Amino acid sequence: MDMVTLTINGQTVKAKKTSTVLEAARAAGIYIPTLCYHPELSHEGACRLCVVEASGARTLVASCVYPVAEGMIVETNTPKVREARKLVVELLLANHPKDCLSCQKSMDCELQTIAAELGVRKIRFAGGEMKAHTIDAGNPSLVRDQEKCILCGRCIRACSEIQGMDVYSFAGRGFHTIVSTAFEQGLEKVACTYCGQCASVCPTAAIVEKDDTDKAWAALADKTKHVVVQTAPSVRVALGEELGIPVGEIVTGKMVAALRRLGFDKVFDTNFSADLTIMEEGHEFIDRLTNGGVLPMITSCSPGWVNMIELKYPELLPHLSTAKSPQQMFGAVAKTYYAERAGIDAKDIVSVSIMPCTAKKAEAVRPEMNSSGYQDVDIVLTTRELGRMIREFGLDFASLPEEDFDSPLGKSTGASVIFGTTGGVMEAALRTVADVVTGQNLQQIEYKAVRGMETVREATLKIGDSEVKVAVVHTLKAAKAMMERVKKGETEYKFIEVMACPGGCIGGGGQPVPVDADVRRARRDALFTCDEACSLRKSHENPEIIELYSTWLGKPLGEKAHHLLHTKYNQQKRN
Amino acid sequence: MQHIRAHVLVCAGTGCKSAGSKEVELAFQREIKAQGLADEVMVVETGCHGFCEYGPLVIVYPEGTFYSRVTAEDVPEIVESHLLKGRMVERLLYHEPMTHEMIPKYSDINFYKKQHRLVLAHCGTINPEQIEEYIAVGGYEGLGKALTLMTPEEVVEEVKKSGLRGRGGGGFPTGLKWSFAKQSVNDKKYVICNADEGDPGAFMDRSVLEGDPHKILEGMAICGYAIGADEGYIYVRAEYPLAIKRLRVAIEQAEAMGFLGENIFSSGFNFQIHIKEGAGAFVCGEETALMASIEGKRGMPRPRPPFPAVSGLWGKPTNINNVETFANVPQIIVNGADWYCQFGTEKSKGTKVFALTGKINNTGLAEVPMGITMREIIYDIGGGINNGKKFKAVQIGGPSGGCLPEELLDLPIDYDSLTAVGAMMGSGGLVVMDEDTCMVDVAKFFLNFTQSESCGKCTPCREGTKRMLEILTRITEGQGREGDIELLENMAKNIKETALCGLGQTAPNPVLSTLKYFRNEYEAHIKEKRCPAGVCEKMAVYTITDKCKGCGLCAKTCPVKAISGTLKQQHVIDQAICIKCGACMSVCPFKAITKG
Repeated sequence: MDMVTLTINGQTVKAKKTSTVLEAARAAGIYIPTLCYHPELSHEGACRLCVVEASGARTLVASCVYPVAEGMIVETNTPKVREARKLVVELLLANHPKDCLSCQKSMDCELQTIAAELGVRKIRFAGGEMKAHTIDAGNPSLVRDQEKCILCGRCIRACSEIQGMDVYSFAGRGFHTIVSTAFEQGLEKVACTYCGQCASVCPTAAIVEKDDTDKAWAALADKTKHVVVQTAPSVRVALGEELGIPVGEIVTGKMVAALRRLGFDKVFDTNFSADLTIMEEGHEFIDRLTNGGVLPMITSCSPGWVNMIELKYPELLPHLSTAKSPQQMFGAVAKTYYAERAGIDAKDIVSVSIMPCTAKKAEAVRPEMNSSGYQDVDIVLTTRELGRMIREFGLDFASLPEEDFDSPLGKSTGASVIFGTTGGVMEAALRTVADVVTGQNLQQIEYKAVRGMETVREATLKIGDSEVKVAVVHTLKAAKAMMERVKKGETEYKFIEVMACPGGCIGGGGQPVPVDADVRRARRDALFTCDEACSLRKSHENPEIIELYSTWLGKPLGEKAHHLLHTKYNQQKRN
Repeated sequence: MQHIRAHVLVCAGTGCKSAGSKEVELAFQREIKAQGLADEVMVVETGCHGFCEYGPLVIVYPEGTFYSRVTAEDVPEIVESHLLKGRMVERLLYHEPMTHEMIPKYSDINFYKKQHRLVLAHCGTINPEQIEEYIAVGGYEGLGKALTLMTPEEVVEEVKKSGLRGRGGGGFPTGLKWSFAKQSVNDKKYVICNADEGDPGAFMDRSVLEGDPHKILEGMAICGYAIGADEGYIYVRAEYPLAIKRLRVAIEQAEAMGFLGENIFSSGFNFQIHIKEGAGAFVCGEETALMASIEGKRGMPRPRPPFPAVSGLWGKPTNINNVETFANVPQIIVNGADWYCQFGTEKSKGTKVFALTGKINNTGLAEVPMGITMREIIYDIGGGINNGKKFKAVQIGGPSGGCLPEELLDLPIDYDSLTAVGAMMGSGGLVVMDEDTCMVDVAKFFLNFTQSESCGKCTPCREGTKRMLEILTRITEGQGREGDIELLENMAKNIKETALCGLGQTAPNPVLSTLKYFRNEYEAHIKEKRCPAGVCEKMAVYTITDKCKGCGLCAKTCPVKAISGTLKQQHVIDQAICIKCGACMSVCPFKAITKG
């Protein structure tokens, strides 16, 4: 690797020849504030907050895009630099609503943090024109408030570079420049999958998850309602970040304890229904494989992904597994099986889910998702929203005891918990499919060939006597490329797992921010730790699942299962 | 063989065309035929002569008689009198505005006498839609020489030696730029001609494209040969339909003649040129935004490095020059760098075309050698300030340029002298302002332009120029505050340091230069709430003087009933009610109302 030596603030720094001044500085422990910069997106040099003095440059330069050079002398903190940065922040604040105290992103806002760090104490342009826009809240998942937009362009880049959906673009000129969808329509009118990656990278509250905590508080306060909650696999390895606990810590027990204290009548686990999903999806796969069904079969747990295929590849819908996602299987079972067992009228049950995902909010209100006779899942909260509720309730999360999920929808296996990471659904399915196909309790549990963080991975696995080629894909951009290949018949895969977000649910649009590759890796590792700690690691070994089938549901793919646990997909036509 | 004894050149530049030159041309065709002169008099449609103020222009050769503001109705008289009887039509001749002297010959007019036309040499003399006319005046000789007698290295060296600098604004040495693109190793390279002329009032590039399009094609092809590119783009505003049409004709003809296409001059060199029409965003004149626009993206600048010479259009090494720059190239190759170096100053060689506008008598295009003084341009070529008013300032370099005062009229104009005094060469816009101009208002005008044309990408330009504009607006409305000048200066300094592209970095120039040379005007606005030039309407004070006869017309006209008085007695205006609309002043039959 070609290296260069430069001097930053008098300190000798070695850096890769291809790195930027910002990268070199950060690697050397020198902090430079940024706003439009995001380590996982292309670099635009737009906000001009990261300006520094560099030898040989005519003006100040944006360190996030300025390449290092041998012998370069950089100063990151001169009076000139500080004055320029302060003016940038002052200008942004002059055109930004001053409702920080009551803003959804308060204390989580990069603009707020930077203004405080740089000591911006006054705005000399008070009384000037400010942008005025209506709020886009016409969809179940995301809220866009353009008045809070600082035009850093991170949402545009995330949607385009990570997800390949290109929902956003800059429009207009000068002071009237905006981040716009096509013809400034609401997200529900354009090809938005509600994956929430835009919200995840937004430094302010310009794009946030739709806050449903008030609905949850109201349900909890309603004494006539029996409020049950399910928690998605990946929430237990990320929630801690919202509550001052280091990245990558497993907080399952404390999370359960917190939910009880918030007032949920039963604290159940989406992991339980993830095991149920594997039972159905695994058998569906075997059925397709042996009875000449449409292959490759593609997973359907990720609602952002389901939206994408419905929007962009309707001709490939027969490839999607008809098994509902764990969230929706839980919802259907909670208001039928559980209601019956507990002797509660389903109409009195409020089913809440805690999800890493903004698209889950939209999934819950799909018209098909009412096989219990009611909306199966009533309220979907993201990890971030649960974090807010816990803070609002005043719980000292760190000191809570570790508690267990309730029965009969609370037990799970190691297979279900890895649903939260890319490759996890595939691995969980393989653990069950291999046992079912061979009729044995195989020693092999882990399928490391499908693990990893590359956006496209493939493996050829021996199941019984036959070899099965599978693929795992995450991010919608990679999914699009894969669908093009499937469409052209270029693949020999029998089974493809797709998750919309980078890293799978651990990188979901509803997870705590900031998030980057390191954070996602720590969350993923924590999920595998959970898996290894489980005594049961195959879905079909889950005793509550066995009980569900034997006492109530019948067989996988049976009539009751078909009615409650499977669905169908339709082309979504938007502009 | 037919013997043509006279040529009637009818200007078909955009200015003359919009003034009716097509009708004039048709009238000539008709009249000449009717008079039986079709075999001996030829009507030629030419490009722009640059003296658009006096269009439609007609020049009759061999005498070189210059007729101005010709209408179709004048044509029978010109044919009858001039072409048949050999007598000039005096009433259509040009008169010098200062001396009122009648000047029959094109070359004797002051506007042209002081010019040195290299770039515009053939504009107005050849038919731009006939490649043969371009060849007849030496066209494609430069390309032929480069391809058959010179190596690419020698071409780059010659351009370097000529001292030619970019005419689009930056003034970067052209040969050096070419050498960077040449050094980049890649199997695909591009040449781009930046014809996105966007400065208000500037039309030099348009005139060259309309009047001598082959010169640009030739310059680009020479560049392609020099840097190793086989494809070129001309990025031209869609608002220049005539230029686009003539470029298309020119490309077709050049391809048919083998000056573009495969194996040009049997040298093995291939070069093709495409036209890309821009939608008129000012920022697309910035090279990285321009390239984004060609690629089909929103025209937004990106940070440099990497420079286009390394990674340009579609990531390939690209050389971008402005129209006027390319127009200089063929003659440098034909006549050599030494010949070219005789024009201009030590560091700025050759000529520069300026678009003269504003309060001067002769507006139009003027090509002058570098080093000429502003005074010569404004007074000798421009014919001085119109209506006998006093000169106040000249704004040079487009919206990002600076306003220079009378003290600097004798400054020799070149890239470096202009930068030193806070202006810039820019693309050559030159707006002359007289004593009736308010300099704060001028700064506001230009900043309003750059603010509304900002691409919105970087904070300093998008938000900063907006706040500066708001401050300037309140100053011109009598709401200026103590400290506003310092705030403007502070913001200007920081925006210049931090903006992403040239547009933002130079946007504060009009404010800085007016603050530097006309600070007292700002102070009068802020401290005395007075606009010395009487331009800023909201600060105007209308007063009724003792010339008032008490007719009462003003009181009747005033829409807010601010005027009172008894009939036949002097009336008064209540300043608290007056909305400064000026209606009273315009109706007063006795000029008794003053504005100050």
